[in-house]
Amino acid sequence: PQPLPNRCHPPPSSLSTPLSPGERGEFRKQRPRGTQQAHHLQRNMAGAGGGNDIQWCFSQVKGAVDDDVAEADIISTVEFNHSGELLATGDKGGRVVIFQQEQENKIQSHSRGEYNVYSTFQSHEPEFDYLKSLEIEEKINKIRWLPQKNAAQFLLSTNDKTIKLWKISERDKRPEGYNLKEEDGRYRDPTTVTTLRVPVFRPMDLMVEASPRRIFANAHTYHINSISINSDYETYLSADDLRINLWHLEITDRSFNIVDIKPANMEELTEVITAAEFHPNSCNTFVYSSSKGTIRLCDMRASALCDRHSKLFEEPEDPSNRSFFSEIISSISDVKFSHSGRYMMTRDYLSVKIWDLNMENRPVETYQVHEYLRSKLCSLYENDCIFDKFECCWNGSDSVVMTGSYNNFFRMFDRNTKRDITLEASRENNKPRTILKPRKVCASGKRKKDEISVDSLDFNKKILHTAWHPKENIIAVATTNNLYIFQDKVN
Amino acid sequence: MECALDAQSLISISLRKIHSSRTQRGGIKLHKNLLVSYVLRNARQLYLSERYAELYRPPHHQHQHLAYAAPGMPASAADFGPLQLGGCGGGGDAEAREPALSELPGCGFYRGAYPAPSDFGVHCSSQTTVLDLDTHVVTTVENGYLHQDCCASAHCPCCGQGAPGPGLAPAAGCKRKYYPGQEEEDDDEEDAGEFAPCKRARFEDFCPDASPDASNISNLISIFGSGFSGLVSRQPDSSEQPPPLNGQLCAKQALASLGAWTRAIVAF
Repeated sequence: PQPLPNRCHPPPSSLSTPLSPGERGEFRKQRPRGTQQAHHLQRNMAGAGGGNDIQWCFSQVKGAVDDDVAEADIISTVEFNHSGELLATGDKGGRVVIFQQEQENKIQSHSRGEYNVYSTFQSHEPEFDYLKSLEIEEKINKIRWLPQKNAAQFLLSTNDKTIKLWKISERDKRPEGYNLKEEDGRYRDPTTVTTLRVPVFRPMDLMVEASPRRIFANAHTYHINSISINSDYETYLSADDLRINLWHLEITDRSFNIVDIKPANMEELTEVITAAEFHPNSCNTFVYSSSKGTIRLCDMRASALCDRHSKLFEEPEDPSNRSFFSEIISSISDVKFSHSGRYMMTRDYLSVKIWDLNMENRPVETYQVHEYLRSKLCSLYENDCIFDKFECCWNGSDSVVMTGSYNNFFRMFDRNTKRDITLEASRENNKPRTILKPRKVCASGKRKKDEISVDSLDFNKKILHTAWHPKENIIAVATTNNLYIFQDKVN
Repeated sequence: MECALDAQSLISISLRKIHSSRTQRGGIKLHKNLLVSYVLRNARQLYLSERYAELYRPPHHQHQHLAYAAPGMPASAADFGPLQLGGCGGGGDAEAREPALSELPGCGFYRGAYPAPSDFGVHCSSQTTVLDLDTHVVTTVENGYLHQDCCASAHCPCCGQGAPGPGLAPAAGCKRKYYPGQEEEDDDEEDAGEFAPCKRARFEDFCPDASPDASNISNLISIFGSGFSGLVSRQPDSSEQPPPLNGQLCAKQALASLGAWTRAIVAF
């Protein structure tokens, strides 16, 4: 029989480079995990200074240099784990690449540890649904990390239809000295065995293995857009266009449907679910956003099927902004709770809104990401950019929010100082510790020096996925096929 | 707002998007198609308002490009019949509102309204098969056709009758004409019911640049066929003699009946 392809070593994505001995962690053995975490916690959270007070520097960039982007290499999700030590990316080719932050070099204390490839594996493969004549894309839509409970790391990854729980574990020793097998695995002729010995573990080069521990399949008719792990760390939700299901991490053959907005007559469909997330602290609470720009907060204690919301967050539309495309640009592409759980942030096409969970009729803060695009909606509709789904994220202290834009620009908004900054992810500034220069888009009129006019923005260079380290001022920004890591300038 | 497209271009772009989404990897994206259907609805409302204004306006106004806010829209256009195609989707809970001449500055978005097609008959029927992706149940939906113009002559190939007959009872569950974002449309009862463009093959005249995909677009219509309803602008000018059976006319009817395209794709 043909050997099965080795899932742990797929065709490498351009994000991962072959592991060098140094990357494989020879130095890792010298430091137990506990001390690393304590050190990170001692660092001051500089986030309070805000997007403008801290200076962002280039740290690393991962991925292919050439402009010809292989479709499989397009990054589709980015996520730090709970400690920030690991950074996972998913791509259109169904692969997951995990980077690990190396321990800080005490000598070079001016920069934090670099992120190097830790593990690469093929999470999802393309499938074909024969009944519906549909091809199921292998693109990884979302990755969510579980909090670490033991030596291994666990994450959930999902494509349009199937969620998988992956275990990522390290192996740095192997048993040697079997009686019945040679070292290369061949079985020995039993008649040649004259003595018995006890196999022993011997050290080996560190190997990081990823294995699928659970496959949660066949629960979604429509395309999965979100997964979110409950604060009980036992259950999680998955959301598609019309339904949200609740799973137990141990049980794969059954899930509970907790939201169903599919109308009896599909012709009555007016909105779909675009994102969903569990509350970070209340295990009974979750929210889901819709294509109509509303957010519903649901309490699972109220009923088994949470079709009736507990709260409905909606801002009345400004009639002066009405256009052909009003419905499209009000569709929410991402929703994220603050770490505190007091606020939630939503992203629609042109803005980021912060909502206080105690106030339903309007957001408490609104930030315009690229208002200059409002007059370009026609062209953006023609070239499909108006359907781009931008994500957003909070910093660790909930004082700054970040989201992406076009031309490889990304934006940060400081909630305290009300200042904002636009930065660019570009290889032109790729010397480590180069401070990023703020960028500015000139909407109309006379363009100042160093400003970029709206018409020269490259709409093929979009930043849809960004992530902020949970504790430090380290951000991961994904362009089409490259992953940029920026850090604040450490004095 | 800089809006370089008129309603017709917007409609054809939107149709192309829906069509190409059918061949995309990963299957039809429900969310994107729903959003495109909103644009279709908005563009259709504008198109129909334009058509209506053309018909009722003095001739020298006919070429006024109504894609932009046109405060000069004649008052007669506002004296529409009781039917209002209101409902800005963004409002969500649209109650019946007064028709507005122009909604706002910038890309003009009208709430058009036009007369009840109570005198439009419906006859002939076609069947559309829809597949519910959840239950895998295949249903065949009976539609009504609108043949008012096409069948004015005795040579209508669709049926032997020369005149529009009484409206057929629409298929169960499809009676209500529903536009996304509009909850109530009490005047629907006057609607003659569901109908599909009378000559699907003729639709290719409407989209000449899509001729290689003409048959696919026809299939698109058949997918949406069970949801077709809507109103057709009256064409009093052509009532003197039966209009020629040509693609242009049917295309315009198809365009006017685009209400169905504003609905969710029934194949879901």
